[in-house]
Amino acid sequence: MIKSGFFERNLRYIFPLPALFFVLLLMVFPVAYTLVISFTDWALTSGRPMKFVGFSSYLGVLKEPRFIDAFGRTFSFTIGAVVLEAVIGTVLALVLNREFVGKNGIKFILLLPLVSTPVAIGIVWNLFYDPTIGFLNYCLSILGLPQSGWVTDASTVLPSLIMVDVWQWTPMIALIVLAGLAGLSSEPYESARVDGANSTQIFCFITLPMIMPTILTAVILRAIDALKTFDIIYAMTGGGPGYASETINIMAYKYSFEYFDLGSASAMLVFLFVLVLAASLGVMRLRKRFEA
Amino acid sequence: MKQSPVFRIFFPILLVLIIVPTLFPFLWMLLSSIKSQVDIISWPPKFVFDPTMINFYKVFREQDFLKYLINSSIVGVSSVALSLLMGLPAAYSIARFGQKRLAVFILIARLMPGISFLMPWYIVFSRLGLMDSYTALILSHILIAMPVVVWVMSAYFEGVPRELEESAMIDGATQQFAFLRIVLPLSVPGVVTATTLSFIFSWNNFMFSQVLSMEKTKTLPIAVYNFMSYAEVDWGGVMAAAVAIMAPAIVLTMIFQKYVVKGLTMGAVKG
Repeated sequence: MIKSGFFERNLRYIFPLPALFFVLLLMVFPVAYTLVISFTDWALTSGRPMKFVGFSSYLGVLKEPRFIDAFGRTFSFTIGAVVLEAVIGTVLALVLNREFVGKNGIKFILLLPLVSTPVAIGIVWNLFYDPTIGFLNYCLSILGLPQSGWVTDASTVLPSLIMVDVWQWTPMIALIVLAGLAGLSSEPYESARVDGANSTQIFCFITLPMIMPTILTAVILRAIDALKTFDIIYAMTGGGPGYASETINIMAYKYSFEYFDLGSASAMLVFLFVLVLAASLGVMRLRKRFEA
Repeated sequence: MKQSPVFRIFFPILLVLIIVPTLFPFLWMLLSSIKSQVDIISWPPKFVFDPTMINFYKVFREQDFLKYLINSSIVGVSSVALSLLMGLPAAYSIARFGQKRLAVFILIARLMPGISFLMPWYIVFSRLGLMDSYTALILSHILIAMPVVVWVMSAYFEGVPRELEESAMIDGATQQFAFLRIVLPLSVPGVVTATTLSFIFSWNNFMFSQVLSMEKTKTLPIAVYNFMSYAEVDWGGVMAAAVAIMAPAIVLTMIFQKYVVKGLTMGAVKG
């Protein structure tokens, strides 16, 4: 190289600098701040200054039955939604994994729920779920089945919300697995057919093991997002009826921006981080095992 | 693989079973947006009715929807532009110098629950008098858009053959020149993917704007949501609003379908 200025030599530090600075300023600092607040008793409404109280916000939150319920609900929602999405999504991908006329059209249709605004989706589903004018109760009445309260009934609200999540996100798993299937090499299939394997054997011993890492990655991404689901639940039920659909994320939001009890809200958020982190690490480890 | 004849008969049925449930909510939204309130609340639900444009008229005339549409566009375009400006060099650096840790660091922004930044932002932005400002909203939306840019583009840059840059650099070009004049022009499809996806994510974001914006900078999702909180839900109006907010994202997806699929699936498949 003829000229090698300071900029040129330090490109590897200078190029990422703006992005790094931005993330530090808008993510790392705020998260550290949240952590600090979680060790204080700070309620904006009380007018009292922030006071350091150690772990008492955490203990307070853990003693709160409403939080324990929200914690469990976050798990039920995530596991319910993600398991259904993984199974249905994989089946969809296997069905669609062939050449046919209109395949791109189907892919476009599958993209629609993914790019739609969650708040608007939530509202459309609320119209479906409406107990008196909703389309779903109309379907039930045609089939001669008893009507349901859907999201207005504490016993059915969580499955109803899971159903919306499944409708919106199953296509993502399907598209990811479909892309994974398209990338598989044909060699193992050829040798299996030479060996006289039937299609069930081919599926169980070749296809499934080869796409398992892809399915698991899709599941990680989806599980992390499902743990943090906010828009759909907030728009459809606001966590209700009562607290029947309140997840940690919704509860932390209410404690922050409705009750302004920042100490407790931060403690809940720290629990949520840990949960998200544990979920990511756990599934990543599982994925490694499949690759080995 | 050869298909059994049974499968060949059932395949179209399976396709219908996939398409109908996926599309039905969109269809119902569209139909409801051109129904009068009487037709919407009638039981059983009406499939045949006199279409009306009154809901769209109400949304755009009486609800200032155009203003929210402009707000959403300002926030989306600015945050995506700034994300590209900061994210592209970072992604190139990650791809060329193998900065895995940096990549993970920026991706954490994608994994963290948004509300954990939002509460401190709320406190700081209030004190700085930045509530209800475009600045606060754009800054918050960069944290949505930039990880997408870095994620998509670092993978894309890795696929650009290094030899092209090296030969330019042997001829005396600097690395930043090679990046700007050789790598970037070759990466237009990747940039399209990153731009489309990050714009859609910013467009759809609800939580950040719900807290950081008020009357002046309110974005579309908030306007649609507020529409619901009337004493009696004006379903027709709400559905018209839903159609209006989804239309741009759907049109973008239609134009850039290939890129959107690639962007949503690449991370998982490449691992």
